[in-house]
Amino acid sequence: MSGDPELPPKTRGLTAIAGAMSLIAVLLIVQIWLLSAALESFLAGKRSSALPAAIFSGLMFLICFGLYLFVDRVDSDVRGSAGER
Amino acid sequence: MSWPRRSSSEPLWKEEFSVRTADERYVTRRQLTKFLVLTSFGMFVGNLWILFRSLFYKPPTYPQQTVARLGELPVGGVKLFTYPTKDDLCILVRTAGNEHVSYSQKCTHLSCAVYYSQESNRLECPCHKGFFSIADGSVLQGPPSRPLPRIILEKRGNEVVAVDIKVS
Repeated sequence: MSGDPELPPKTRGLTAIAGAMSLIAVLLIVQIWLLSAALESFLAGKRSSALPAAIFSGLMFLICFGLYLFVDRVDSDVRGSAGER
Repeated sequence: MSWPRRSSSEPLWKEEFSVRTADERYVTRRQLTKFLVLTSFGMFVGNLWILFRSLFYKPPTYPQQTVARLGELPVGGVKLFTYPTKDDLCILVRTAGNEHVSYSQKCTHLSCAVYYSQESNRLECPCHKGFFSIADGSVLQGPPSRPLPRIILEKRGNEVVAVDIKVS
């Protein structure tokens, strides 16, 4: 894990986790908007937007899942380097 | 009966609740991340459901129903009726001569009942001031983002008959 070597691993880990969580939150907000927009379109009888909306929503979910794995790994690394587990 | 002596010098409560604050914070963050990702999955499933409904959408067929007689309403007059089921309230407006228009009475914002304002010649939702055009049901102002579903009318002899619903 790269970062400021002056900072202790735990602090760096927390910063990385906070950054990843912020990114997940932003992606989640976009997904919520996408779902409401797709629903509005569907109810308005415009069904052509359902496929791109589903594809982008799936991509964002995959990114979120990747970030979750990243958070999990960083958390484990930090705990390992701190000798807590 | 004698109690075993504790080997540690830590207070008893620290031994029994040996969760450090930093560890607790890590676990909470990890759990929150998991919850956020699960919510993201839920959003994805919602989009998949809309896609599924779109792909397998079959346009419904509507019954034909006489809703008024020609001359029954004065110009600017309004009649409420239900179409296609008893739960679907609709509004019929005689705009001019023998011209009639009809829309679903449910506002597309939060389903309040819209009414016809003769002064401003538009359909108005009293709940959040959503205004719809009487000509085509499009949104003129307010929070609704979709036009009102239009009831397609046909004149048959002396009758005005509802034959279809157009959602645009």
